[in-house]
Amino acid sequence: MAATPTLPPLIKESGQREVFCGLTSIVWLHRRMPDAFFLVVGSRTCAHLIQSAAGVMIFAEPRFGTAILGERDLAGLADANDELDRVVGDLLGRRPEIRTLFLVGSCPSEVIKLDLAKAAERLSQRMVGRVRVVNYSGSGIETTFTQGEDAALTALVPMLPASDAPQLLLVGTLADGVEERFLTLFERLGIGPVRSLPPRQSTELPPVGPGTRLLLAQPFLSDTVRALERRGARRIASPYPLGVEGSLAWMAAAAAAFDIDPIQLALVMDPLVERGRRALEPLRRQLEGKRLFLLPDSQLEIPLARFLHRECGMELVEVGTPYLDRQLMTEELALLPPGTQLSEGQDVERQLERVRASRPDLVVCGLGLANPLEAEGIATKWSIELVFSPIHGCDQAADLAELFARPLHRRELLQWN
Amino acid sequence: MELTLWTYEGPPHVGAMRIAASMEGVHYVLHAPQGDTYADLLFTMIERRGRRPPVTYTTFQARDLGGDTAELVKRSIQQAVDRFQPEALLVGESCTAELIQDQPGSLAAGMGLGVPVVSLELPAYSKKENWGAAETLYQLCRGLLKEQVPLPGRPKPDPTRWRAEGRRPRVNLLGPSLLGFRCRDDVKELRGLLGDHGIEVNVVAPLGAAPADLLRLPAADVNLCLYPEVAGPLCSWLERSFGTPVLRAVPIGIGATTEFLRDLHALLDLEAPASLEADQRSRLPWYSRSVDSTYLTGKRVFIFADATHAIAAARIASRELGFKVVGLGTYSRELAREVRAAAQELGLEALISDDYLAVEKAMGEAAPELVLGTQMERHSAKRLGLPCAVISAPLHVQDVPARYAPQMGWEGANVIFDTWVHPLMMGLEEHLIGMFKEDFEFVEGHRSHLAEGAPARSAPTPEPALATATLAPLDGGAKAAPVWSTDGEAALGKIPFFVRGKVRKNTETFARDQGLAAITEEVLYDAKAHYSR
Repeated sequence: MAATPTLPPLIKESGQREVFCGLTSIVWLHRRMPDAFFLVVGSRTCAHLIQSAAGVMIFAEPRFGTAILGERDLAGLADANDELDRVVGDLLGRRPEIRTLFLVGSCPSEVIKLDLAKAAERLSQRMVGRVRVVNYSGSGIETTFTQGEDAALTALVPMLPASDAPQLLLVGTLADGVEERFLTLFERLGIGPVRSLPPRQSTELPPVGPGTRLLLAQPFLSDTVRALERRGARRIASPYPLGVEGSLAWMAAAAAAFDIDPIQLALVMDPLVERGRRALEPLRRQLEGKRLFLLPDSQLEIPLARFLHRECGMELVEVGTPYLDRQLMTEELALLPPGTQLSEGQDVERQLERVRASRPDLVVCGLGLANPLEAEGIATKWSIELVFSPIHGCDQAADLAELFARPLHRRELLQWN
Repeated sequence: MELTLWTYEGPPHVGAMRIAASMEGVHYVLHAPQGDTYADLLFTMIERRGRRPPVTYTTFQARDLGGDTAELVKRSIQQAVDRFQPEALLVGESCTAELIQDQPGSLAAGMGLGVPVVSLELPAYSKKENWGAAETLYQLCRGLLKEQVPLPGRPKPDPTRWRAEGRRPRVNLLGPSLLGFRCRDDVKELRGLLGDHGIEVNVVAPLGAAPADLLRLPAADVNLCLYPEVAGPLCSWLERSFGTPVLRAVPIGIGATTEFLRDLHALLDLEAPASLEADQRSRLPWYSRSVDSTYLTGKRVFIFADATHAIAAARIASRELGFKVVGLGTYSRELAREVRAAAQELGLEALISDDYLAVEKAMGEAAPELVLGTQMERHSAKRLGLPCAVISAPLHVQDVPARYAPQMGWEGANVIFDTWVHPLMMGLEEHLIGMFKEDFEFVEGHRSHLAEGAPARSAPTPEPALATATLAPLDGGAKAAPVWSTDGEAALGKIPFFVRGKVRKNTETFARDQGLAAITEEVLYDAKAHYSR
């Protein structure tokens, strides 16, 4: 690609992929929308996956569940539809507070070609005015981890009301506190109205139209962006709001799109930038010169690599990403240091060989690989924490860096003699 | 189609992974889409394993489905064999691959891999994790041992042949596996226990065994079926094919361990062990007889676990600690019959369910003072404000303790005494708090320092209504709730807080049954007399 001439050829691999499937994103999506229920139509494996990825069974009665297909459902699809209607009826009877039901497709439902889109339509009609039923697929044969959110949001796009009015639409789940902080900052800049997708209440869907400018809070929303663009919205190209630099660039891009006076931007952002950099300083001292290997997982790897290199001084050994959407990554790729080795896809055994050969100081990886690498003497940072923690914005830059500094700091602390 | 929020068991291929990951030199090629690799974290996070489970996933994607997924399977198998050079290869599929019907087992069999291949057919849409583990262990052993199976009609080996052969008797320990409850420590405890009695351990499987060890299984005089969920089918097959007798007693608790030793000695024609052994080797019998434990008498306990641990817990609770078992159940449908029998002995109807909400409901209705369960019941108990000890899988990282904490054998009984009694208030302490509650220093709501997991006083604990079955009003409780008079409330306030809720509920039931509108001090004492009859 012409945009990134300084990067060596991409390593493209296809082999065993040690990543979660898109169902995992239910774990944070359901918290974002407390009036929504996520019903996976799948197998016991799907139920077990979400339960295991959520770490502990912290919720007494969670707002997600699995309609587990049985042998009878596989034998006759008409029955499967009846069964689904029954399960949904029981579920909504138990949980009358639910306003939106996401029917989430899985590997088995995709393979047997269970038409959940049609089922969602049928159920929506039946419960019109009470519950909206939305379908998307979080199956592992189609989606990787955070791509589940992309699929969920894409499914919401056709339901957004139309509006030509100018507005800024933040796209991608943010921690509530972080979102509030951004809203305050946009208000100080004089940008408004600002809305979010996904919204905090599933019934309060933001409008979209030619006046809508999109600002992506998360880098894994390729399909959502395309669907919103088809509704007339235009994307504001920018790096992602991770780290001080990324967050400033992100706010600045929005300010430019809304013709905000640069002086006003400086007035609002300079103190934050100054404070954010000061907070980063001690962490930079811990991370500087340390060699970092990112395995593909959350799709946040490229923005994280940019932040950890440019603001924390880490050296990038390899930056893996489940898939590379160059359009959404243009600004990020331009900020990577020359020579950064990117890899797309995965062949986990070969990638681990590269990890061992390069002896990095820190590896960012999934939960399945972390302890085995630690046992080999390689420090790790689990990537799943990155999608559950408030990490966006200038104010969070130091917290974000701390997530990476902690495993290194811990190794220095522990002594056995 | 069945709505599931949290599940007790994973799919059957996770059971197969437990077998592969428990062993050495076994590799499992699993035809499965990306995402199914989540199962690795069960081992690396919950069990804190320092190595990945020996599993290669094909991680096929939608775009592969149009092409040749069978080629992908063969490539994955070849790469796994080349890279890991296993002594035995398991080949199977997860739920999604089962639908594509690539027959990975047949593919592997046709590849001339030069390594024993065991094809696993684990129906993902009807079976679950423990079944998958049991089937895998059985198929693996059967596959490896098929050359050794004697012809039908050959006389069964005599379990006392060790004497004629001039060696010590030897047994196999079957069933301990990763993600089982305290298996690592149970094996250590039993090795010690058996060693003390001059009995050798021939093979432990699957935990720590290599395929070469499985080839030695028929050399044992007796097979110990320690965890029937995992080892049941294998033990039965070994008995049928090789004539090796099976000891099915599970040595958890004093009585069960005593019985286990007695039966094993009898099978091996050894002199029965001294009857004092339990008292000499475990502190549970004395601790339970000591006066402090008087206060454990009749504590209401609700038990839900896998069948092995549920049955063991019911016996220990009722016979060895003097608790009252008010609920007993399991999610192990394969062993429902055994749990039903155990419940019947206690005058209960067993709860056989894998719906944790049904279990939570039963728990609330049984109004226990202690819950013994799995991780699921720990959460439910927390919600209901009840103390809980985890006694069975499914487990969490905290159930894999750093210290030695077996459940089986004499030390296991010690561990169980501590683990179950600590969530309760200490006996004498409970008594003293009641005695001194009128003192001004007394802080209402004071709890045992050990009772961190226990509910705060004001928790909405459903209180036990004694003998509800006989005392329930005939009209189904439609009468209006009686009202507490001032002196009634005052009298209630003098009752120690930890029984106050129970007294309140009993008194209200009594008043309703008597058709009384107001509860005075006298009614309270009437009710007290009524219930203490």
